[in-house]
Amino acid sequence: MSALIRVEDLTRVFDVSKPWLNRVLEREPRALLTAVSEVSFGIEENSVYALVGESGSGKSTIGKIIAGLLSPSRGRVVVDGVDLDRETDKAKIAAVRSDIQMIFQDPYASLNPRWKVRTIIAEPVTVRGGDATGLPERLLEQVGLAARDADKYPHEFSGGQRQRIGIARALASGPRIIVCDEPTSALDVSVQSQVLNLMSDLREELGLTYLFISHDLTVVQHMADKIGVLYLGTLVEEAPRDRLFEDPKHPYTQMIFEAAPRMDAFGREAEPPKGEIPDAINPPPGCPFHPRCPIAVDRCSQERPRLREIGTTRVACHLAE
Amino acid sequence: MSTPVLSLRDLVVEIPTRTGVLRPVNGVSFDIAAGEILGVVGESGAGKSMTGNAVIGLLDRPARIVSGEVRLLDQPIQSLRGEALRRLRGKRMGMIFQDPLTSLNPLLTIGDQLTETIREHLDVGQSEARERAIAALDEVGIPAARQRIGSYPHEFSGGMRQRVVIALALCAEPELVIADEPTTALDVSVQAQIIALLKRLCRDRGVAVMLVTHDMGVIAEAADRIAVMYAGGVVELGPVREVITRPFHPYTGGLMASTPGASKGMRRLRQIPGSMPRLDALPDGCPFHPRCERAEAACRENPGPSLAACDGRAACWFPLTEPKEAVS
Amino acid sequence: MAQNEIPRAPSRFARARNSDLYYSFTRTPVAIVSAAVVIVLVLAALLAPLIAPHNPFDPGTLNLMNGFTPPGEANAFTGDYFLLGTDDQGRDVFSTMLYGMRISLFVGFSAVMLAMVVGVVLGLLAGYLGGWVESTIMRIADIQLTFPAILVAMLIFGIAKGITPPAYRDQMAIWVLILAIGLSDWVQFARVVRGATLVEKNREYVQAARLVGRAKFSIMIRHILPNVLNPVLVIATISLALAIIAEATLSFLGVGAPPTRPSLGTLIRIGQEFMFSGEWWILLFPAGTLLALALSINLLGDWLRDALNPKLR
Repeated sequence: MSALIRVEDLTRVFDVSKPWLNRVLEREPRALLTAVSEVSFGIEENSVYALVGESGSGKSTIGKIIAGLLSPSRGRVVVDGVDLDRETDKAKIAAVRSDIQMIFQDPYASLNPRWKVRTIIAEPVTVRGGDATGLPERLLEQVGLAARDADKYPHEFSGGQRQRIGIARALASGPRIIVCDEPTSALDVSVQSQVLNLMSDLREELGLTYLFISHDLTVVQHMADKIGVLYLGTLVEEAPRDRLFEDPKHPYTQMIFEAAPRMDAFGREAEPPKGEIPDAINPPPGCPFHPRCPIAVDRCSQERPRLREIGTTRVACHLAE
Repeated sequence: MSTPVLSLRDLVVEIPTRTGVLRPVNGVSFDIAAGEILGVVGESGAGKSMTGNAVIGLLDRPARIVSGEVRLLDQPIQSLRGEALRRLRGKRMGMIFQDPLTSLNPLLTIGDQLTETIREHLDVGQSEARERAIAALDEVGIPAARQRIGSYPHEFSGGMRQRVVIALALCAEPELVIADEPTTALDVSVQAQIIALLKRLCRDRGVAVMLVTHDMGVIAEAADRIAVMYAGGVVELGPVREVITRPFHPYTGGLMASTPGASKGMRRLRQIPGSMPRLDALPDGCPFHPRCERAEAACRENPGPSLAACDGRAACWFPLTEPKEAVS
Repeated sequence: MAQNEIPRAPSRFARARNSDLYYSFTRTPVAIVSAAVVIVLVLAALLAPLIAPHNPFDPGTLNLMNGFTPPGEANAFTGDYFLLGTDDQGRDVFSTMLYGMRISLFVGFSAVMLAMVVGVVLGLLAGYLGGWVESTIMRIADIQLTFPAILVAMLIFGIAKGITPPAYRDQMAIWVLILAIGLSDWVQFARVVRGATLVEKNREYVQAARLVGRAKFSIMIRHILPNVLNPVLVIATISLALAIIAEATLSFLGVGAPPTRPSLGTLIRIGQEFMFSGEWWILLFPAGTLLALALSINLLGDWLRDALNPKLR
């Protein structure tokens, strides 16, 4: 089985320098932030691939690049055999683009407050000149709202209901792939479970493929088939869900598993992890995790580890086995 | 038994609006003892932050306390205003907020802010205050505290800033600390550090802590007791281990079951139907009954019972377990 | 059919009645009084031909003998009665004021419209496109801001007058005035719209629109524009007061509305010549009206700003 989405050596650099005049006057060099660094992975059709990581890990940047909101600095994204940056046939690109949709994090910012729900949901179809009569009503019922909600404005809905509207919009153009960027992190627990269940149901009904981006390990463990762990823009470990949770190989993965608050850890007095995520503008040399790593050796600060395969796990650590 | 540090009795906060009077906090009662961490948990709109703000007198107008009592040791403080309240805050009550930047002055060095607070509330000289500030920073785990005392808040990372805020909240040796979502803005690894720090400092000094959060995992790890809030009221109150492993109130039960970690290996998560009612559209009877699968006529007709009716554990007519069996 | 069960969405009017803005309006006495003053003055100006007892632009009705009639008294020679007196040429002050207010309001309103259109378009372009478009527009704005607006208006007025043929000058004066005031005032619209656009363009609903392939200009007009209009409305109101005063200032300086078609500013200029010779009414009534008009509009703008900005409440 070949992957529906292939990401190869994806790198994205942001220029975060001050304006030109300030740089000249203050004699500062250009500041470049490498948000994503040589990341490669593949997503099988009809599966859920999750990217987890803390802030600054580059997970949202990868999602935006795959959705087409950002372009890669180096490397490429191949969807269904079409290289999105080198393909010259515009029609092919447009066809692939309309296959990819996105669900956003903030249900209060992702819907235009001045538009009626009907117009919002129909936008992916109407913007391409299609006829969306009846579609918003049908989609609203599919995501668990009522057809008459189409005449309301976003402010009349709760956060969870707005997220359902966002999901309905993502479904309007009949996509095969949906990039979900922290889709439930702004929601309360009881509402989060409703939205996650809805997303699971829709995936089965419509045969969707999800790229699921989250910082919440419990959510990822529930949703994902395969998980990639990101740290400072690099993919440090990737494994099928159960394997990752049973046998994490990378010290960073082990650290966040250990640190995550658990409902069964009453009064836990474990030693918390050391240090914080370094500044991405001046990342550490070698393995980006070595300054915080409990098992680091000299080699880790000099040589950047490549991803190695250990069984079904891919891990970027010199010492993992 | 000794007097609790903080004691709330039937606290009611109201907000008059053009369409009617809202009650974001509706009859909340609980105690926190010295050295104890009470976790106040609930979803957005449950009234948990509003309760914290009412205790420290930081309600935004037009919200106000209309009845009930807030006691700090022996002193009722719900009607304190102005200077008296300000002196109490900082000296006897410390605060830690979600966003450390809102509680630090960006124009002053952290050393200035610490020494100022110490000198305002404790009778010490400038140099002694400075030494105490350095000791406080050292205690919260700021490396090289003596060198960094002249730094400004923006020169610290998010986790370090929250440590400074904790130092600031504890430097005047308060009896009560109110921490409102102190780790929500932080990454997992840093969150664990901050929770561990907060726990250690409060235990060591015997400070009472009201830890407001929506994260059950944080509560489970940090708190001794837990108060579950729903639509302005406390629906369940008890020792954290008992409430989490054996919830009595159907809402608490549903909340536990719907966290993804609780349904490992299941294709679908357990879910509570619907969402928290808006304050201007509270249902009659028990506010949870429209979402409750155990609801019967009694729940629609009578407001939820007080905690006392259920051995002080859950405000529910039909609790998940009969309380008599559980207490043993 | 299911469609029959769907309750109709509330009408635009019903939603307006129910809005926070309406509620705030009914609770703000200053806003109500200001709105009443503005409505009365605007109606009086619009209905001038019906209300005014004389037509000040018809030389046939003028009688020089009526000059300097004090308000509320009959003329000593002709026995004619004028509510607010007459000026040196025997024109009824009340009537000239009504007609003058028409010109003041027309110039002010048109100038603000021009400034708003130019400012909003340039602000949107600068904010959304960024790069050299933004740099160019905002540097021009910065440069213009270093000169007082009235100076810029006089400059534009002078140039425009210079290139109009003398025969059309009086006829064109009003339009030149609108152009001058409008172009001197676009900068603040552009700045505010650019700022608001920078905020809106990073919100997720704009990303969602980009994702489905909506074109740049379509995003600007359909998505961003409706969401940046609140501050524009506030600035437009306050600008209207400023534009009316700017028009009066230019006319007072003699570079605005011609004496044959006098605005409030022209009337004030005529009036101040007689200020110290005892005929105070020629100055006082136009000046008072200008003050009332500008102040009321300004107060309305202040209220609007407070009502539309939830942070201040």
